[in-house]
Amino acid sequence: MARVGLEHIWKRYGDVVAVHDVTLEAKDEEFLVLVGPSGCGKSTTLRMVAGLDDISDGSISIGDRVVNDLSPKDRDIAMVFQSYALYPHMNVYDNMAFGLKLRKTPKPEIKRRVNEAGEILGITQLLDRKPKQLSGGQRQRVALGRAIVRNPAVFLMDEPLSNLDAKLRVQTRAEISKLHQRLKTTFIYVTHDQTEAMTMGDRIAVMKDGFLQQIDTPQVLYDYPVNTFVAGFIGSPAMNLVPGELKQTDGRLRVEGPGMVVPLPESLAAQARGKDSSKVFLGVRPEHIAPKSQYNGNAPNEMTATVEVVEHMGSKQFVYLGQAGATLTAEFPADAEARPEQEMQIVFDPDNLHLFDEASGNAIGHSRSAVA
Amino acid sequence: MSTDAISGTREQAPTQESVVGHGPRWYTRAPLHFVIVLISAIWLLPTITLLVTSVRGIQDISTSIWWTILWKPHEFTLTNYNTVLHAATSIGMGRAFLNSLAITIPATALPIVIGAGAAYGFAWLRFPFRNTIFLTLVGLQVIPLQMLLIPLLRLFNQWGIAGQYPSLWIAHTAFGLPLTIYIMRNFMSGIPFDLLEAARIDGANEWSIFTRVILPLSTPAIAAVAIFQFMWVWNDLLVALVFTAGSDNAPMPVVVRTLSGAYDQGWQLMTAAAFISMALPLIIFFALQRYFVAGLTAGSVKG
Repeated sequence: MARVGLEHIWKRYGDVVAVHDVTLEAKDEEFLVLVGPSGCGKSTTLRMVAGLDDISDGSISIGDRVVNDLSPKDRDIAMVFQSYALYPHMNVYDNMAFGLKLRKTPKPEIKRRVNEAGEILGITQLLDRKPKQLSGGQRQRVALGRAIVRNPAVFLMDEPLSNLDAKLRVQTRAEISKLHQRLKTTFIYVTHDQTEAMTMGDRIAVMKDGFLQQIDTPQVLYDYPVNTFVAGFIGSPAMNLVPGELKQTDGRLRVEGPGMVVPLPESLAAQARGKDSSKVFLGVRPEHIAPKSQYNGNAPNEMTATVEVVEHMGSKQFVYLGQAGATLTAEFPADAEARPEQEMQIVFDPDNLHLFDEASGNAIGHSRSAVA
Repeated sequence: MSTDAISGTREQAPTQESVVGHGPRWYTRAPLHFVIVLISAIWLLPTITLLVTSVRGIQDISTSIWWTILWKPHEFTLTNYNTVLHAATSIGMGRAFLNSLAITIPATALPIVIGAGAAYGFAWLRFPFRNTIFLTLVGLQVIPLQMLLIPLLRLFNQWGIAGQYPSLWIAHTAFGLPLTIYIMRNFMSGIPFDLLEAARIDGANEWSIFTRVILPLSTPAIAAVAIFQFMWVWNDLLVALVFTAGSDNAPMPVVVRTLSGAYDQGWQLMTAAAFISMALPLIIFFALQRYFVAGLTAGSVKG
């Protein structure tokens, strides 16, 4: 039973605030991902949970204990580092056994646990090797093994995949997810890669400049981003944010921008009422832009765009469209016809629009209003 | 034409080295090898002279140059060694050898034990004025050893340990510590901090981190410092002479020095004595030379 709770956590280095009043909770057995660009405070937050950095203010609890003043070894946690941090002078077995030896675990028990972890990770044949004799992927497994044998209440992982090549990263990603399902322990995982966050996390906490932006399930973040930062950070390619002005005629709201008029569906208009004449960003994800010729529904908006670049992905294609001086990214089906310099009529799917206040960047509303 | 030849070889060299495993054609490297051999020869010449002289009789030494032995091998003799080993010096070479060991081993071990601890602190622990203290300590090296001999001697006399082993242990430890700390601290700061944090999370306290992670990883630096300090103490004449002259605890260099005094014109004996005293450092050096080289670069390049 180990929930991890952060209550109003601050981290200050002199005048610099690295982590700004962060409150969040990783539930028991949950896979929580902290994601954000570099320097957003996610690693610092993780290190404060680990006890490697002091907290300037606030309180951290693991299970039922407040651990503010406990040293890392007394927090019942294990951590996997980006650099793996394997002890170069010890072989794989000793690397994994080190923590148990320090805790004076009986030898047969150490052996049993190391072998068990070795089997889970498929590294039993490597136990006699030194870290420098291992490939990056194998080192990564040993680092995981070192965490597993300790049987901790919480696993902390600091960008554990960023030193692996692309293919291995995808593979190891799935293995860590499997490991989580098998161990049924709380995981807190730090990454700057939104794909990793989306694919692995039960819930994701998005951070920026030391502030927690939003914490929720991957789907909710994707469908209901609370601000332009989350909207742009989650999802690849990023959501298009088109500047415009909110206008009202005959009780109907629309966004007017250069070369476009987009009437808002009633679901979104209801959330935006009273904000007319304000500057906004209209958010639309690439898959919600379609060529008019292929759009079956009834789209009351339509605009002219010029194809700039086409990226074929096999099952689909990403099309970069020039529209009134800005570039929109659209995801078209593979069979849609798009050539560079071609002019085409495009539509935004009215059921998947997002509206953000230009000044604050905060969300005004989403077409799909039914937040569960 | 010669330019063509050189540039041609240069282009080929990497391919040959990396793919076939052969070096470039021998004649391109010949000048380099020649210079290296020449420098080595010049460097070794005094030692060879010493070695050859030590196996010749005093008559031969005074009448002919040392390389005569090449065509007159019958001149070869071990008399000098025999005489030295049984010389009627104040305490005898055997005792002097044991004295040297009794002085050198603790005077090598102590600075390493103290220095490693201090280096760990300077490298990884946070405390006020850490860098100031470190720089002061390293800066203390500029104080010439000679200036400290008399004050130290008075101190040791007061403590009643002048002429005893501990006086030399203390003196050599104190003189050796700044360099020891400097080299080890630089080496230890090159150890990735992640390792210390990983150990901390694994449950290690500072002491276990030091003994089970940092120390094993610092072996090259420790070995290098050990060799430096061992050689220095083993060969030291000045400090030993000041603190142990006339006592039964004098090490070899002090005793070897008395050979020429005890025997008029006894310098053929000194060559043999010098070789006896060199034997141990030579063995140690060749056994640990891998670390010696690693230690030389420890300060500049991350290990």
